[in-house]
Amino acid sequence: MKRLQNLADLQAAAAVTEAAASVQVPHGRLRVLVGMATCGIAAGASPVLDVFRSEVQARGLGNVQVLSTGCIGACRLEPMVEIRAADGSRVTYVKLDAAKAARIVQEHLVEGRVVDEYTIGKEDHRPQSDHIQQARSLEATSFFGRQFRIALRNCGLIDPESIGEYIARDGYAALGKALLKMTPVQVIDVIKQSGLRGRGGGGFPTGRKWEFAAAQSGPLKYVICNADEGDPGAFMDRSVLEGDPHSVLEAMAIAGYAIGAAQGFIYVRAEYPLAVQRLGLAIRQAREAGLLGDNILGSGYGFDVQLRLGAGAFVCGEEIALITSIEGQRGEPKPKPPFPAIKGLWQKPTVINNVETLANIPVILLKGAAWFTAIGTPKSPGTKVFAVGGKIGITGLVEIPMGTTLREIIYDICGGIPGGKRFKAAQTGGPSGGCIPAQHLDTPIDYESLTALGSMMGSGGLIVMDEDNCMVDIAKFFLDFTVDESCGKCPPCRIGTVRMHEILQRITAGEGREGDLEQLEELAGNIKLASLCGLGQTAPNPVLSTLRYFRDEYEAHIRDKRCPAASCRALVRYEIDPERCCSCGLCVQSCPVAAIHGSKGKPYLITRDYCIACGACAAKCPFTAIHKH
Amino acid sequence: MMISINIDGRTVQTDAGSTVLRAASAAGIRIPTLCYLKDYNEIGACRMCVVEVEGARGLQASCVLPVSEGMVVRTDTELVRKARKAVLELLVSNHPLDCLTCEKNGDCRLQDYCYEYEVKESPYTGRRSEALPDDSNQFWVRDNSKCILCRRCVAVCAALQCSDAIGLAGRGFETRVAVPGEGLLAASRCVSCGTCIANCPTGALMPKLPQKARTWERTKARTICPYCGVGCELFLVTKGNRILEALPSNGPANNGMLCVKGRFGYDYVAHTDRLTVPLIRKNGELQEASWDEALDAVAKGFKAIAAAHGPDAVAGLSSARCTNEENYLFQKLLRAGIGTNSVDHCARLCHASTVSGLAATLGSGAMTNSINEVLQSDLIFVTGSNTTETHPVIGSKIRQAVQRGARLIVAEPREIELVEQADLFLKIRPGSNVALFNAMMQVIIAEGLQNTAFIDDRTENYAELAELVRDWTPEVAAPVCGVEPELIRQAARLYAQAERASIYYAMGVTQHSTGTDGVMSVANLAMLCGQIGREGTGVNPLRGQNNVQGACDMGALPGDYPGYQKVSDPAVRQKFEAAWGQTLSERPGLTLTEMLPQAGSGQLKALFVMGENPMISDPDLTHVEQSLRKLELLVVQDIFLTETAALADIVLPAASAVEKDGTFTNTERRVQRLRKAVNSPGKAWPDWQILSGLLQRFGLPADYKSPSNIMDEIARVTLVYGGINYARIEHRGLQWPCRDAADPGTKYLHSERFSRGLGKFMPAAYRDSNELPDSKYPLLLTTGRILYQYHTMTMTGRVPGLMKISGTSYIEIHPDDARAAGIADGDRVEVQSRRGRLQARARVTAKLSPGVVFMPFHFGDGAANLLTNPALDPTAKIPELKVCAVQVRVAGGRQAAAGGEVTAGVDNKVGGSR
Repeated sequence: MKRLQNLADLQAAAAVTEAAASVQVPHGRLRVLVGMATCGIAAGASPVLDVFRSEVQARGLGNVQVLSTGCIGACRLEPMVEIRAADGSRVTYVKLDAAKAARIVQEHLVEGRVVDEYTIGKEDHRPQSDHIQQARSLEATSFFGRQFRIALRNCGLIDPESIGEYIARDGYAALGKALLKMTPVQVIDVIKQSGLRGRGGGGFPTGRKWEFAAAQSGPLKYVICNADEGDPGAFMDRSVLEGDPHSVLEAMAIAGYAIGAAQGFIYVRAEYPLAVQRLGLAIRQAREAGLLGDNILGSGYGFDVQLRLGAGAFVCGEEIALITSIEGQRGEPKPKPPFPAIKGLWQKPTVINNVETLANIPVILLKGAAWFTAIGTPKSPGTKVFAVGGKIGITGLVEIPMGTTLREIIYDICGGIPGGKRFKAAQTGGPSGGCIPAQHLDTPIDYESLTALGSMMGSGGLIVMDEDNCMVDIAKFFLDFTVDESCGKCPPCRIGTVRMHEILQRITAGEGREGDLEQLEELAGNIKLASLCGLGQTAPNPVLSTLRYFRDEYEAHIRDKRCPAASCRALVRYEIDPERCCSCGLCVQSCPVAAIHGSKGKPYLITRDYCIACGACAAKCPFTAIHKH
Repeated sequence: MMISINIDGRTVQTDAGSTVLRAASAAGIRIPTLCYLKDYNEIGACRMCVVEVEGARGLQASCVLPVSEGMVVRTDTELVRKARKAVLELLVSNHPLDCLTCEKNGDCRLQDYCYEYEVKESPYTGRRSEALPDDSNQFWVRDNSKCILCRRCVAVCAALQCSDAIGLAGRGFETRVAVPGEGLLAASRCVSCGTCIANCPTGALMPKLPQKARTWERTKARTICPYCGVGCELFLVTKGNRILEALPSNGPANNGMLCVKGRFGYDYVAHTDRLTVPLIRKNGELQEASWDEALDAVAKGFKAIAAAHGPDAVAGLSSARCTNEENYLFQKLLRAGIGTNSVDHCARLCHASTVSGLAATLGSGAMTNSINEVLQSDLIFVTGSNTTETHPVIGSKIRQAVQRGARLIVAEPREIELVEQADLFLKIRPGSNVALFNAMMQVIIAEGLQNTAFIDDRTENYAELAELVRDWTPEVAAPVCGVEPELIRQAARLYAQAERASIYYAMGVTQHSTGTDGVMSVANLAMLCGQIGREGTGVNPLRGQNNVQGACDMGALPGDYPGYQKVSDPAVRQKFEAAWGQTLSERPGLTLTEMLPQAGSGQLKALFVMGENPMISDPDLTHVEQSLRKLELLVVQDIFLTETAALADIVLPAASAVEKDGTFTNTERRVQRLRKAVNSPGKAWPDWQILSGLLQRFGLPADYKSPSNIMDEIARVTLVYGGINYARIEHRGLQWPCRDAADPGTKYLHSERFSRGLGKFMPAAYRDSNELPDSKYPLLLTTGRILYQYHTMTMTGRVPGLMKISGTSYIEIHPDDARAAGIADGDRVEVQSRRGRLQARARVTAKLSPGVVFMPFHFGDGAANLLTNPALDPTAKIPELKVCAVQVRVAGGRQAAAGGEVTAGVDNKVGGSR
């Protein structure tokens, strides 16, 4: 793209791109969008894209445009392809492979017939969501239809490798507006009035953060985008970076203008190679278009962005650890104050915002604070993206207005719990968060209410657990993560989390003792009290919240040596129901430790001393005669 | 700006930039800390210093918490104590708790706080950090099972010593202190300075002591390091009469640092080789004698020779390793007792050219500024000094300055450690200093970068300088120096344009037949740019021996009475005649480098050597030995039977520096107290007592009760020491000039006026070294010192740890030259000059330029001074130890090289003067 000298150039570019048939599909043309985010590629989207490209070319289908796009959020259904026509109609094909793609080319693109059996409704057979079965496109599903997309507005809709497509969807218009029509103070005012709060988990008002940094004097300030997404199961930020990288760059430039910074850094984890690649491309494109660099859009203001890759330490998502990592030191937190807005990167005032927070900025600036505050709740305006995983119908990304209840997300949007199982708890906030039990399913989600329930918003991981999940085990899982990811700087986190983990280990191994729970609580309290950074201060949360809602499960492990969810191997035993056993002998063959014996005509028996509770026999038994207790 | 905060109900005034911990500490409120190390490790990691702050969420680490007006802090609430106790319980849950056998017992912070917070054992069981101790270092063991990860060791290694040898590996529970790559400490960048172990709050870093010692069995004596001229203050830790180790003190020169020698180099003190009784040669053999016999024999011998051949047939070599008081008595004995001015010492071999060159230009031959001012320099120019090895603590301070943003220029023939940090590295050919300085001055004048106001107001003879350097463009100098012209230009601009630029140099400038010219050129450069007479600037010669400055100050020089008062000045002579009650000689005395030839020619009949070892330290050793053997009477006073003492007629056993009181004057002119830590072995006496005994035998009053009395006498006759006495220097020492009791001493010289009035430009034309490579001797040999050895190894050669690290002689040779001569790394090679030959092991390295080879001079086995050139600087009479021509070839084939290694060990005779 040629260098855009001013606002008029930007508007012209948007018009040109639209006219060039990127977003609004012109008459007689078809636009094929292949989901090529990491999730799609992992599921096999590359051969699908290849088929579309080669077939379209081979058949000389001049009216068909094949593009790759970012993640639309329904991970379970990848690889996904959306075909759009000029009349606005959309068809979403899911779970594709090369053969299916070839058939779609032939029937849909050449012959004009939708291949109904591959569309989203048909593929996603779930009894709870019959209405989906009728849907041909994702948009028509309740999964998509009940979302409200701000941060994810472009994901899955545009080609993330084309700055033109971003511009055509109002991209960089907010930057233009800020630079040419607003003062920095006005920009900060809009963000403040919008009530936008940090989506990385802390929930600190973004506008105030900017205001602090803006108030610092001195020529050197920095803007950092925290793209070191590390919560287990969270991938919101990755989707934005892969699907809409320019939205982050635009927001960083706006932040830079607001606080008086000329340099930004994106700290992105190296485990996101596609995000790194697309960000790099986006930065080059933006520089070329004059949307980064000196004198942006003729405003006289200059801003540039560099990438910094993280090496896989969870703690580097903590802002100070992230800053020290950018500085080339071991990524470790330091006590605050001073806060980064006062003394941040290289001791200079620094605004550090997470990806999702930034992705909201351009929209807020264009549509205004009032528009934004009308969404969500008074204290938590706007939307939040959740990465929903675990025992749930549709795993994936959902962006919902704050104040939506957990029940709506789990049952109405994501299709409920598969297999008719009972919902047990939802874990939010990652390793810093906690578990929310069924009785609180109707709590509207916002920062305060989640904290009140003993969990937290966190960056947006939402893991759903059903009756088969042992809550002690879940707590241990999250603690295991913290033990691994503790930077090791302060003793409470470095040693304390290990000690907690050791106690949980014992409990789940059937070696719990009286007093364990009291010691866990005491330790948890001390770790929260004495740890240096947020990681340590919140590390005990998964334990504390499960203790709060599921204490009886802990007690069953300790006193009755029993795992109520029948999940902890050491406490589980398998038995063969003599009534149902037909002595077929399949279980004997499947047992890896020769713990089953018997003879034809008599029910088989499991020797408990030998059994390792692997469950292989139960899985093999054709008569469902083997049960777990 | 001062603000007030409230701590534990008390209003405390504090600086606005302070932290809560500092404010509390200043107010006498104690907050426990484990990781905190003021200025170096303020990281809030250990969580022991947490406090409650009104209005703040949770607990705050007071060591990093900035104060703010009106802040209300509580340091000892129930919550605070709970958190601290929890931290301790967790720490000891991952600790062996082997206090019963731990050497640190009684001196362990973890133990102290567990006592205070009543943590008897941990309520938690579970895994512990398990790692085998790393005992690869010669001097200490790292046992990570006792490490609490406070990181003080890492911080001081990075910020104080600036070695960055250790860091953190792993994370979470697996976090550990390790060297990069997690190998052994011995294979790392670690230079064994031991600063880390001095700062370890637990037993994780423990020195390998010569014997076990409980905390309460240890005694500490605050004294000065017996090694180099930095003058580090330290605590000698003893049990009974045995030195266990040295601990760094926060002394004015070293600020909590020491180097490997000062920290661990004390095995020599209790070595069985120590001289314990006086020895007199009878029937060709040295036999034990009483002190009276020995002293009578010395006095009688000197008197007889003086009577027969005149007093100038006797000469004395004083010692840069002895105290000021002893040097004063020594020269007094020679001058007032025997009647000759022939007294000199080893400064002749190192900084004689500094004394002459700086006297001619500035008027005073000492380091102009103070050691710590290097931290105020914006630009540091190091030339002719391998600072991190020869003056390690100053080397570290240079690195600290660079860490804080100073620029660094290094002009050296070898790629020394400091080059890593340098902005510019000029790899100059040895002996080309004058050409380099002249070219830099040419650039400065040509580009108008000189400080005209300074030149006009403070100096004279500028026109002559400008005239001399006019044609010395970088293009002319480049082939002489072996450096690109552009590098010379950049160096000149950086130096001239710096706000505060300082020059640090040592023997790479002085030990040449053009040494005085080199020193004068340094002074010319500094004056040209006005980079002198202010803090953080100056011309700073780094003195080698711990008291070489003092020995010069005390008049152990043939032309100078104490305080550089000239022997040639009749008024001065009369003053000393009155003070000492004797008629003094007006004839100039012999320099060290003149004494030996005169001994060789028979003019000099008797020599009194105190604590020197010319048999190793002087050039052309073959000739030195012949000369000494010709003497009628050789008296040697030393702590070991050195190579020189072995030739003596009378040997007087002396006390080492840790066995006596006195003062040393360090390289920054600071007079500091030396304090006795252990008793001397056998009948060995402190040198000042021996000298008192001799003075009395020459009829001079010398009933000094202690060295303090001697210093009082020194102060009476020495203007620049006029205000110095033991009471005043008890704590921080004093820097001379210190003329009277009210004089606070002098941090830097030449502030308003130069010592000689106006600074005088002394233009010096470049001259070639006396001996340059030719077809027969094609390589240029330069010599120097290494970190792990000291001078002629009398002391360090008897420290097994040092010998294990670096115990044999070697020669560094460039890969090109090695290839040409068929030499492989590690080969035993024969090195030959016109004066001698020796064998050493080859180290093939590109640290040098092709055509240049390097040898350390310490080793008796393969002594580099068998090769060096005794050609003298005409003014300073310093020999050209830094440049001579040699040839190098493989010694006796590969087989012989592999099998014939000679290791200079403790048992070998590796003597030398102290």
